[in-house]
Amino acid sequence: MKDIREDIAWAKINQDVLKSLENPRKLYWVILFVAIAMLGVALGCEVYQYNVGMGVSNMDNPHMWGLYIASFIFWIGMSHSGTLLSAILHLMHADWRKPIYRFAEAMTTFSLMTAGLFVAVHLGRVWQIYYALPYPNERGAWPNFQSPLLWDAMAIFTYLSSSIIFLYVGMIPDLAICRDRMHEGWRKKLYTLLSLGWEGTDRQWRNFRVTYLTVACFLIPLAVSVHSIVASDFGMSQQPGWHITSFPPYFVAGALYSGCAAIITLFIILRYVFRFEEYMTLPILKKIVRLTFAIAMVWTYLNAVEFASVWYSHDQASKDVLIQKASGTYAPFWWGMIFCGSVVPLTLAFKRIQTNIPVLFAVSLLLNLGMWLERWMIVAPTFSHGIYPWTWDHDQWPSFVQWGMVFGSFGWFTLLFMVFCKVFPSVSMYEVKEMVYHRSQESKRLEETGKFAAAGKGAH
Amino acid sequence: MSQRHLLALYSNFNEAEAVVEELRSTQIKGFDVDKDLIVKSPIEHPEVEEFLGDKPVRVQWFTLGGALMGGLLGFFLISAAQGNFYAQFKGGKPIVPFPPNFVLTYEMFILGGVFITVLGFLICAGLPARRSPLYSANVSEDQIGILVKSDESAANTLKAIFTKHHALEIQEEAGR
Repeated sequence: MKDIREDIAWAKINQDVLKSLENPRKLYWVILFVAIAMLGVALGCEVYQYNVGMGVSNMDNPHMWGLYIASFIFWIGMSHSGTLLSAILHLMHADWRKPIYRFAEAMTTFSLMTAGLFVAVHLGRVWQIYYALPYPNERGAWPNFQSPLLWDAMAIFTYLSSSIIFLYVGMIPDLAICRDRMHEGWRKKLYTLLSLGWEGTDRQWRNFRVTYLTVACFLIPLAVSVHSIVASDFGMSQQPGWHITSFPPYFVAGALYSGCAAIITLFIILRYVFRFEEYMTLPILKKIVRLTFAIAMVWTYLNAVEFASVWYSHDQASKDVLIQKASGTYAPFWWGMIFCGSVVPLTLAFKRIQTNIPVLFAVSLLLNLGMWLERWMIVAPTFSHGIYPWTWDHDQWPSFVQWGMVFGSFGWFTLLFMVFCKVFPSVSMYEVKEMVYHRSQESKRLEETGKFAAAGKGAH
Repeated sequence: MSQRHLLALYSNFNEAEAVVEELRSTQIKGFDVDKDLIVKSPIEHPEVEEFLGDKPVRVQWFTLGGALMGGLLGFFLISAAQGNFYAQFKGGKPIVPFPPNFVLTYEMFILGGVFITVLGFLICAGLPARRSPLYSANVSEDQIGILVKSDESAANTLKAIFTKHHALEIQEEAGR
């Protein structure tokens, strides 16, 4: 079965994608409404925490990070697959990425924006966030450049701004299509402004190709560095359960894993809501599913490496944390993580499931639940069972304020993502045309070769 | 001598290529294929570059400059900040430590590279630009445009060539 039909007319591609900007299914508005309601919960919690203080989150010493930082890592992780996979697949000329990369890159951008919010919320005194910025000031204080937390801030800023640039540059030819085809109004003005006067001249395409390739080359090491640095927030400390050599690759694999699972979820939603059945096809979904399965196995392996290195290192404090995770207060969540992250993906190995949309939707949600639990299980148990006995407090539980903020962050992400998909084309029109064109040329070539061979002319 | 701008639209790349070949092989007064011809297409099509001939792309030089500038700027700004922040305890470590500074230098290297590459793209591609009067929205849909500028006297010859290769539409205007 082919990834995409080769005989789709280019004008139809424009028409179908532009229709998605104006006329989605009703489910779109339902999703938007639910997202706004969820965001409302988070806003309420933040206002309460802002007015009363951090105590309402039930965070204390030593439970300093809680769900906020666990969710921060989750959202950073989810951002990974979009831009990273888009860049890798672009470099490898895997053209099946073309109908899906735009929304995956948007997912990256909005996940990073969601992650950034958690850092601010976690600080408590959000009005003093400028203390963290490196600029000459009358306080005579600079941030500590030797701290992985500062590297993290820098890496995320670089990744966010580069991802936005990558998303925008790749969208310029499509914005020109929108400009040419949309009726007069605010949208046309917006597209005219953002398309920068693009006309598709040979000079523009030549420079565009090199630019896009170059930015893709930069983004691959950048994406790997971002999650390695997030891993350094933990790995460079002396805390039991965190001081582990395999943390950077473990974090990168986990990030790719949750990102791929999120791509499956969003693929299924967009395919239905915007009637993209012709472009987001089942063979493409199958490829993403297989990729997710492979990454799930890498993640499982790295988990085993982590447990084994803790177990055989004879570092008693780290071993105690591991035992606590498996048999203490957090045991249901820890085993839930193992089940959702390592057992559920085994279903993806079955061919019938690889294209079964309802099952895949449920599986992708479970995978992401597993990945969220993974981040929580990295952060919380270490704080509950540190090196010193005074830190041992296994009954600490996040308050409704923390849970509300986590819940609302999904609403914030969904709101941004769905608004993006309604305002900007979530399928790349010019690249789908390229895909269709090159595949039809290839088919013609094969057909001609076949004819020659049949006539006995092509065998030499 | 006054000038004329002409835009011909074609339904496929083969016809566009044939036009360019013919324009290249025909001597037309006041018209140079390498300078006066622009191909507009709805997709990035490497064959266009082949039949137009090699033209340099200089974006990579911006990338190199941007990345080096970003890295150096990052390292020296951080070092300057560290050199002026005596209140921070160093625990016997150097005032300007290389390993942690390398991480930030690396991020700034990439940041500079990406930003300046995009600046280079805008400069090299001539963007942002005003849309030329000879533009058809069909170019962003499914047609290939060939835009030429020549002496007024050569306009009829050019139109004849365009028509011969089945142009779907020919637009023209007086050039500046």
